[in-house]
Amino acid sequence: MKQVATLLSLLLLAGWASAQVKITGTVKDNRGRILAGASVAVKGSYDGGVTDSTGHFSFKTFEKGAQTLVASNVGYKPVETAVTIGTEVIDLPFALREEISELKAVTVTAGSFEAGDKKRAATVLSSLDVVTTGGANADISAVVKTLPGAQQVGEQEGLFVRGGAGYETKQFIDGTLVNNPYFSSVPDLATRGRFSPFLFKGTVFSTGGYSALYGQALSSALILESIDIPERSEAQLSVSPIFLGAALQKIAKDKQSSWGVRYDHTNLVAYFAIVNQKPDYFQVPQIHASDANFRIRTKKGGMIKYYTTFTTNRLGLRRPNIDDPTLKNAFGLKNTNWYQNLSWRESLGKGWKMNLAASYSTDHTDFNNQIQNQNNQPVSTGQVWIDSTNVAAKTTADLSQFRAVFDKRLSGISVIRFGGEYMYFYNNGVYNNRIGLLRDHFKSLFSEADLYITNDLAAKLGVRFEHSSLIGKAEIAPRLSLAYKTGNGGQMSLAYGVFYQKPENSYLYATTNFGYTKATHYIINYLKNTTLQTFRVEAFYKKYENLVKTYPAYNNDGSGYAKGIELYWRDKKTIKGLDYWISYSYLDTKRDYLNYPGQLQPNFAANHTASLVMKRFVNSINTGFNFTYSFATGRPYYNFVKNGSKYDIADQGKTISYNNLGFSLNYLMSMGKAYAVWVASVTNVLNQNQVFGYNYSHDGSRKESISTPSPRFYFIGLFLSWGVDRRQDAINNNL
Amino acid sequence: MKYLLVVVGMFFAGMVAAQSKYESAMGRGLEQLKAAKTAEDMSTASAFFERVADAEKDKWLPYYYAAYANHMTGWMNLKADKDKVSEKTKDLIGKAEAIEQNNSELYCLRQMAAIQQMTVDPMTRYQSYGAEARAALDKAIKADPNNPRIYYLNGQTLMNTPEAFGGGKAVAKKLFEKSVGLYKTFQPASPFHPNWGKEEAEQLLAACQ
Repeated sequence: MKQVATLLSLLLLAGWASAQVKITGTVKDNRGRILAGASVAVKGSYDGGVTDSTGHFSFKTFEKGAQTLVASNVGYKPVETAVTIGTEVIDLPFALREEISELKAVTVTAGSFEAGDKKRAATVLSSLDVVTTGGANADISAVVKTLPGAQQVGEQEGLFVRGGAGYETKQFIDGTLVNNPYFSSVPDLATRGRFSPFLFKGTVFSTGGYSALYGQALSSALILESIDIPERSEAQLSVSPIFLGAALQKIAKDKQSSWGVRYDHTNLVAYFAIVNQKPDYFQVPQIHASDANFRIRTKKGGMIKYYTTFTTNRLGLRRPNIDDPTLKNAFGLKNTNWYQNLSWRESLGKGWKMNLAASYSTDHTDFNNQIQNQNNQPVSTGQVWIDSTNVAAKTTADLSQFRAVFDKRLSGISVIRFGGEYMYFYNNGVYNNRIGLLRDHFKSLFSEADLYITNDLAAKLGVRFEHSSLIGKAEIAPRLSLAYKTGNGGQMSLAYGVFYQKPENSYLYATTNFGYTKATHYIINYLKNTTLQTFRVEAFYKKYENLVKTYPAYNNDGSGYAKGIELYWRDKKTIKGLDYWISYSYLDTKRDYLNYPGQLQPNFAANHTASLVMKRFVNSINTGFNFTYSFATGRPYYNFVKNGSKYDIADQGKTISYNNLGFSLNYLMSMGKAYAVWVASVTNVLNQNQVFGYNYSHDGSRKESISTPSPRFYFIGLFLSWGVDRRQDAINNNL
Repeated sequence: MKYLLVVVGMFFAGMVAAQSKYESAMGRGLEQLKAAKTAEDMSTASAFFERVADAEKDKWLPYYYAAYANHMTGWMNLKADKDKVSEKTKDLIGKAEAIEQNNSELYCLRQMAAIQQMTVDPMTRYQSYGAEARAALDKAIKADPNNPRIYYLNGQTLMNTPEAFGGGKAVAKKLFEKSVGLYKTFQPASPFHPNWGKEEAEQLLAACQ
């Protein structure tokens, strides 16, 4: 009983003494920056507080004696401190260390524009961006040209990046190289890309210093990642004076697989009847395009994807012959292209991931150029420089490839990646009865490590080995980049890399006694990214070595450089509802290649290029308005004339500057059970004169400007979709 | 013997006290939540629930309310970084899910967090966060099709979705009707279980008429 009495009195005493004790202090991160909203608690009790905007906390507790205080904040490792709570005020400073996480860690951004929502940053380029860029007509490359680093080249297809020719940019779908990403070339015309922006969930446009996973592109890589299983089953119909299309996409009930088919027919007969074209089209452009896909989610959450597209197109056009205006050049083209890609990505457990891909493409082109008289009859002039432009050619380009990449997660979020690819290129060309055949077994091995030292410092180290059987040479290309967070959403990146590319087939047909062309990139970049705004500035120096020379001999004696600075600003915040971006590129480049008599600024490079892209969707009228203004200073042009044993510059100059205002409008509505989108667009709204360069006659006495076939391109179309909308299924079943 | 009895008695008393301590804390927390007028009040309430949850270790409800209150700060503070707020909300939901699996109310919260993030940049984020929100509601339905908050939340989202994308008042109305109907018979499992949304659903239904 005595003991009980003692116990009771003790308890009473304790109660008496349990006046609350105040606990105060601060919470900062390990670099001394204030953490607001962090919580501090007495472990195991309900007592605690939250830091205010100055990082201070203060609370009272009844707890007594030896206790543990815990400070925590999302994204930081909690810190515990042992304290003895008596009667005195306790004042404690806490320092929390950030956890390295994918969301917070710095990404290496030198040289690349990453799109998609992975990092939650203001996205740079989504499929929606592609279809809502004024004047781009839903062509991925046309939109990429509004980003810094790319030139406004309008007379041939391809992305001309930082002083590089169009063929120095390669496109990759799910890791595999695309052999013919554009419709077949037509002299002095830019053709469109073959792939619809809706096939891809993310686009990375790398203007240099890109990952060791990719190679054989001296300047740039456009890396496209295809979508997984779409959201809903739907049937689509596209109607326009230019094309008709139908598509079906079906998603399985369990949403674990889907398949789709599409067919489009493009025919410009009606359009050319209304809108006058400078060339005389004896075969109006026609395209039949079909594609099919399936996608399966595997049991472990991996994906198997297959995509194939088959396209045929033809066109024929006559233009005046530059050497003799009484004659015409009749150019005709027929092309079939079949592309397919199969990929499988899977988590193998224990931090291992696998990415396998195979692709096969075959491309057949027949083209001919015929000298014709005013009655469109073939003629022979007896003048060799005219007659030799009569061409009948047939080319076949096949590419089969296999690629395997394995990822292994190291400690934290660091990753090591390695793999290899095998490509078999088969090229067969018949050019005026001259037969050429090129076969290349091309192998590469690569390895890359993403090392996260802290959330603020990351490095990407890579190396790539490449061997081409055709030229019988191997090279090793190192790549390195670093990124450092400077605070407030800002970061600095550095990149260095060596890039090799084998010479183009047109030169390899002449001789395979070539080495790789080579470019070394040095890039420094500052990026500030907040949710709705992006600011980016990048400076680069690129050294070209071993470029292809065709005169005085076919060899690798060419060289050159490119340097410049680029700015990019995208803002969705300042003006509500308005999304705009501005890009500016300054480029200083010279190269000695092909038959250039020395180092010259190439004819595809302008010193200053700028774009302003604006988009506004007005909800009240369901209409989007999109404007794009592009500007570039004049590009140089040359006429090289052979003078004895060398080429001289017989004439040179600079074109007028390039201006283009593009506009498009999207109007959304429902028509019966269909969702409908009306699209209207026009390029070169202000009818500005566009000159891309000049063609010269054989003797140099005449020159003619190269421009678009008509000043403007108009488009109007209606896109209908009937959704078998599965999104609401689960809920509707319960209504 | 007597001594032993006293000790055992005190032990039980202690347990009862602990039980009522949790209950009174939950009661106080819910009062705070109801009375919260500003984002700061909400974050204080959220932090309080989080402390209760951390101390209790085996109760999901305090984490639920911590997440709910934290989510509300993202709407109440107009300048809030909704991504940061939702990251914390999802973190708290995760802790609740570790205790209580496959709970319809927690999936509803997941939908709310995803929608909050979507509103940052709806045009671009519609595809990713919209899908995340839908997936959460699908799971909520599977877990308990009679949870009125599912239909209220879905109706609210669709009401703010343009008709061209399958939204609009007509579609939303059906959902609010279903929700209001369910609220009539809805009984929370305990006084501390989620029981909000009735008035909101009625108001939005009226707005759809």
